[in-house]
Formats: sequence, structure tokens, C-alpha cells
Amino acid sequence: MDIGNSTLAARPAASGVGFGPGGDRDEVTPDKIKSALPKALDWVRRNFFSSKVNTALTVVVVAFLALALPPLIRWLFTDATISGSSKADCTGQGACWTFIRLRLPLFFYGHYPPSELWRVGLAALLLVTFSVPVLHDGTKRRGLWVLLLLTVFPLLAGILLFGGVFGLRYVDTTEWGGLMIDVVVAFVVVASSLPLGILLALGRRSELPVVRLLSIAFIEFWRSIPLLAVLIVSALMIPLFLPEGISIERLFRALVGLALFNAAYMAETVRGGLQGVEAGQQEAAYSVGLKWWQVQVFVVLPQALRYVLPGIVNNVVDLFKDTTLVTIIGLADILGIVNQAIKDPAWLGFAHEGYVFTMVVFFACCFAMSSYARRMERRLNRHRTGRH
Amino acid sequence: MVRRPSRRAYIGQWVLLAGVVAFGWLLADMVAGNYARKNLHFGFGFLGDQARFDIPFHLISWNLFDTYARTLLISFLNTILVAAIAIVLATLLGLFVGIMRLSPNWLARNVALCFIEFVRNTPLLVQIIFWYVGVMQTLPSPRQSIELPGGVLLNIRGLYVPDVVMSADGSTLWWLALGAAAATPLVWVLRVGSERIGWRALLLPVIGLGLFSASIDHIDFPALKGFNLTGGTQVPPELAALSLGLATYASAFIAEIVRGSIEAIPKGQHEAALALGLKGWQRLFLVILPQALRIMVPQMTSQYLNIIKGSSLGAAIAYPELFSIFTGTVLNQTGKEVETIAIVAAVFVTFNLLASMLMNWYNRRVALVER
Repeated sequence: MDIGNSTLAARPAASGVGFGPGGDRDEVTPDKIKSALPKALDWVRRNFFSSKVNTALTVVVVAFLALALPPLIRWLFTDATISGSSKADCTGQGACWTFIRLRLPLFFYGHYPPSELWRVGLAALLLVTFSVPVLHDGTKRRGLWVLLLLTVFPLLAGILLFGGVFGLRYVDTTEWGGLMIDVVVAFVVVASSLPLGILLALGRRSELPVVRLLSIAFIEFWRSIPLLAVLIVSALMIPLFLPEGISIERLFRALVGLALFNAAYMAETVRGGLQGVEAGQQEAAYSVGLKWWQVQVFVVLPQALRYVLPGIVNNVVDLFKDTTLVTIIGLADILGIVNQAIKDPAWLGFAHEGYVFTMVVFFACCFAMSSYARRMERRLNRHRTGRH
Repeated sequence: MVRRPSRRAYIGQWVLLAGVVAFGWLLADMVAGNYARKNLHFGFGFLGDQARFDIPFHLISWNLFDTYARTLLISFLNTILVAAIAIVLATLLGLFVGIMRLSPNWLARNVALCFIEFVRNTPLLVQIIFWYVGVMQTLPSPRQSIELPGGVLLNIRGLYVPDVVMSADGSTLWWLALGAAAATPLVWVLRVGSERIGWRALLLPVIGLGLFSASIDHIDFPALKGFNLTGGTQVPPELAALSLGLATYASAFIAEIVRGSIEAIPKGQHEAALALGLKGWQRLFLVILPQALRIMVPQMTSQYLNIIKGSSLGAAIAYPELFSIFTGTVLNQTGKEVETIAIVAAVFVTFNLLASMLMNWYNRRVALVER
């Protein structure tokens, strides 16, 4: 897992840090000094032509963009086709988005029975409904919504997606596919790895030597292994660990492996938050007479988790990107479906369109989540440093 | 927090340990039962058996009758190779893009921003597959290879680089050249008389280069013969796609690390350096970067570890690295899951431990002494 999508303020140094390419050693002049030019032109001069190197850089970048952008835009939009119903309709030089448009339900829902797709849509709507109060900073009783998100929502979503009760038709996990699998895997893994990660982080700070050693060993072990190894091992080895006659489906095996893996990364993120809570808080809580678990649950964790929420969202983004790896163990998530679709004899040769579509879908989701995390982080840090 | 744990907690931890050991015992028992059912025995003796399968890309010699232990070595070297290439490329590209992000030029800043945001928000696997299927496999056939400067040819079969063939007694000269290049940083700080050798130590690599060219017999350029290219070294498209994919993905994160660590340095340092009269590049290299390195190095190390772990994705594009060969083919042939996975896990855990020790050593060396 990676450092996360930006843990530092995203605003670049617009003036003052004048040593990058184009920087001028006299550039530390504050913006307050009036220039002879009107404000807009002055902005242009400062950003594009402030020194010889800066001017040269502007010319080089403009030339590069002029060379690279027009063919790209032509391929993506101008010459592309989106209407029609077969390969013969894709006559233009550009991308064949018809291929994507015709297969859209497949990419999003996999082989889920078309008559039951409304259940998936309803489950997605419920996810949004339950998550918004948790993520919005001003909601009262946020803890209650977190509890609802982790208990009531999975129950409802499970009923909707699986069926078999209340007259809904049963849909086996082998029929699930597409982006739906990515979202389901990401949610289940985060929901299960968050409590485990918190426990591990607390265990790592414990004064009991055995607990601390076990936590450190667990965390360091799972953080050294590549995720693909975890997935393949869980697909292969979990049957080894079970007594004869019991078997669990591939999806669940992948979920178990991913949850343990992600718990280690979550533990590291939460540890950072725990270290940020002052020791005085704990000491005060103990002196009032609370026991250890009461101190952690009522005093330490609420503060720690509030600071660590951006880090957790970054963890969710990384996990969401990593759910594409389930393709390699045979689960048909969106990447798996795209791989299958581009090998369809009726639609050969559209690999670029398929992968660009996948990248755009992931970019939209991940960019939204990481922008949210950045905004949250800036808001939290505003109280600490007094900047912005 | 000096607080003695309660007696109950103290005993509880031993109960926990007993529970963990019992759980491990239970798992081992299950595994033994399942192994017996499949007629396998736990043991590492299979490493001496013959492998009888072909590995398409290998740095050292390989034939079908070599042992499984040799497949381990070869796939390990393949992993190291792709990781090394990706680390070097990622660091260079990441430094470049990171400094672009700090430029006063609006265009440069935002082009870098678009690159970073796009690469960071798309999955690594999709990018690697795109590089492979979307780039490498759309290259022309050998007859219409793209010619790059230096005699390098690029086509759908891969990247063909000229091969340097050494003369018969060239190997000693080659080792001397390598020694001269390696000795340069060590000699840099020595003193002769009262002065440091400093830049004069650069003479050593120059001498090394001369020795190296003296040891070359001739250069083998790849050339078209019939339908294929002969001569030169062939870099398979899988290797190229994997290293390019890993490098671009990691470079976006490295760029953010570079930008973050340079921005974390207090403004006062810039202003003090300016007040001393230092020029832009001098400010960067003498004042800013040494302080930024302290913040950068631990994060860069974890990015490098991520690259090494990411090399396992070569399994998706059939690059024969440690994971796909050892836990793929070897596991399928021998059926010994626990041993093969234990070996591969041990390799990765060792990487992690080495990196952690290196980071701890570096952090202790450069730690700020707080008053």
C-alpha cells in the first residue's frame, strides 16, 4: 500500500519558492508590490515569463502540449463513435465507445440477472445514504451513524444482493461481477479490517510484552507480503486449513485474506492517530477511575480516529484500487470483465477503449475520495497550525 | 504512561499466547491431514528435483534439467532486475516531476499535477496491463522496427539493445573498471596534505571508462536478418511493460514525497539562504535538499519496497518473476503449497526487515537533536 493520496496540503507554492525550473532569485517579492501592469497580465507575467528560464519552460511545455493533446482529443472525442450496435458501426479513426456503451451493464454488474438489477442499484443507494452522515463533518451523533453503517447496512445489502428471502430470487456470488464486486470487496474488507486494525494498533502500544510482540509480528509480516501473494495464498491455502468436506467460496477466501492484509495497514494508520493524542488525556481518564478499555473507547479512540479519518480514507482508496487484483484469482471484477470482453471475437482490437474506460471509472471514484480526504485534512490542520 | 498493568491483564497475555499457539497447532494439524490425503510429505527436499519446464527470460544459464533451487535463483534475479530498473526510473522521473510541481511556472505545475493525479488514482494492475497490451503489443513487426539513437531497435518482440562483447582477457580489465567506479565515493572525502581530493576523485571513473573500452572486443548491433533480428540483447516486452508501469506509478508518489518534504522546510531557511547571497541552485543543493532528505528517505524507502512488492504483478503479464514462477509453475508441479509459499514469504519478509533496519540506521544518524 502506498503513502496515501497526499498527506500534506495540496496548495503549491505560488510565489516565494523560486528555485524550481523557471525560478528567479529575485522572485521572493511579495505580491503586495504594485506592478505597472493590470492584475491579470501581471499574473501571466509572473507565472509564465518571469525569467529567461521560465519563458523557455513555458515555450517547451506549450510545444509539447500542442503536439500531444490534439491527437489525443481527436482519438477520445472528435473522431470517436458512440452510437450503433455492432463493430461495423465503428468506422471513425477514433475510439469505439459503442463497444463500451453496449456492454455497460456487464461492466458494472457482471452476470447479475438483468431482472434483479434494481436490487444492486438500491443497495448502492443505501450505501450512499448511510455513508454521507458518517463522512459529513457536521452531523450530530456521528458515532450512531457509523454503527448503523457497519451493522444495519450490511444486513440490508446482504439481503438485497443475495436474495433468497422475502420472495427475492437467490443470486449466487458466482453471478456477481463487474464494478459491483470491487465495491462489495472494498466495503467488506474496510468494515472488517477497521476494528481489527484498531485492536492491533492498541496492542502495539500495550505495556504487556507478549501482546506488543504479537501485534508487531502480525503487522510487520502482513506489510511485507505483496497483496497478490495474499490473494493467491488465500485462494490456495485456505482449503488446506479446513477440515475435509468444508469449503468456502473463492470470494470469501479473498475477503478473508484481504481483511487480514488491510488490517495491518489500517493498524499503522491508526497508530499515527493514537500517537497524536496527548498523554495527558489518558492520565486524566485513569485518574478519574476509568479502566483501560473504558479509557480507550471513551477518551482516546474518539480523538485519535477523528484525526486519522483522512488516513483511513486514503487507505480505502488504495484498497479500492487493489481490488482489481482479484482478477488474477479468477473473480470477474471490472478488470476481469474488460479482459474477457476485449477477447470477444465479435469485438476484437478494442483493448485501448476497454482499459481507458476502466481507468476513467477508477479515476472518477478515487479522485473524489482523495479530494474529500485532502479537504478534511486541511480543515483538521487549520486548528493546529493556524494557517489558511 | 507509567501505569502497571493489572494482575488480570498480566495473566491474560499468557492466555492469549497459549491461544495463539493452540490455533497455530490446529492449523498445522489440518495442513498435515490434508497433505497426507494428497500423498505429500512436508520437506524442502523437492528443491533438488529437476524442474523440467522452460523459463522464457533468464539472466543466468538455464536448461530444462536444472533443479527447482535454480528456478528460485533465476526468478529471484528476474525480480531484482525489474525492481532495480523500476526503482531507478521511478526516482529520476519522480524527482523531475516533483520539482516541476514546485515551479513558479503555472503550466509546468499543472501539467505535473495532472500527471500525478491521473497516475495515482488509477490501479497499478490496470496501468501495467495497459502498458503491455496497449503499448508493447501495438509496436510494429521486426521488419519495421522503430530505430532509437544508439542502435537500439524497438518492435513487438521487445527492445533490442546492442551487446558489448568483451575480448578474451577483458574480464580483469572489466573488474578493475568496476572497482574504480565503486571507489570514487570512498576516495572523495580523503585528504591529501590539507585539502580534500574532492572533484579530483572523478578521475577514477574516467580511468575506469578507459579500461572498460579497452576491454571491448566489438559491439554487436541488432540487425534484421530474414524475418527476425539477430545480435544484441533482447529485452522482452513483458520486462519493459512491467518496469515502465511500476516506474510511472511509483514516480507519482515519489513526486508527492519530494514536493511534501521540500515544502515542509520552514520559510526561514529559504530567506536565510537568500540573505547569504546564494543563487537558486545553490540554495537548493546546499540548504534545502539536505534537510528535505531527512523527511524524504523513510518515505522513499517504503515506496521502493512497494515497487519490489509490485513486481509480483508480473504474474498478470507472464513475466517470469519470483512469484509467478515459484508459486505458479513450481507449486502446480510439486503440489507442495506450504513450502513454496513459506520460501516466497521468507524472501519478502527479509526485504522488509533489511529495509527497516536501513531506515532505522539512517533515522538515527540524521535525527534532529531536540533541545
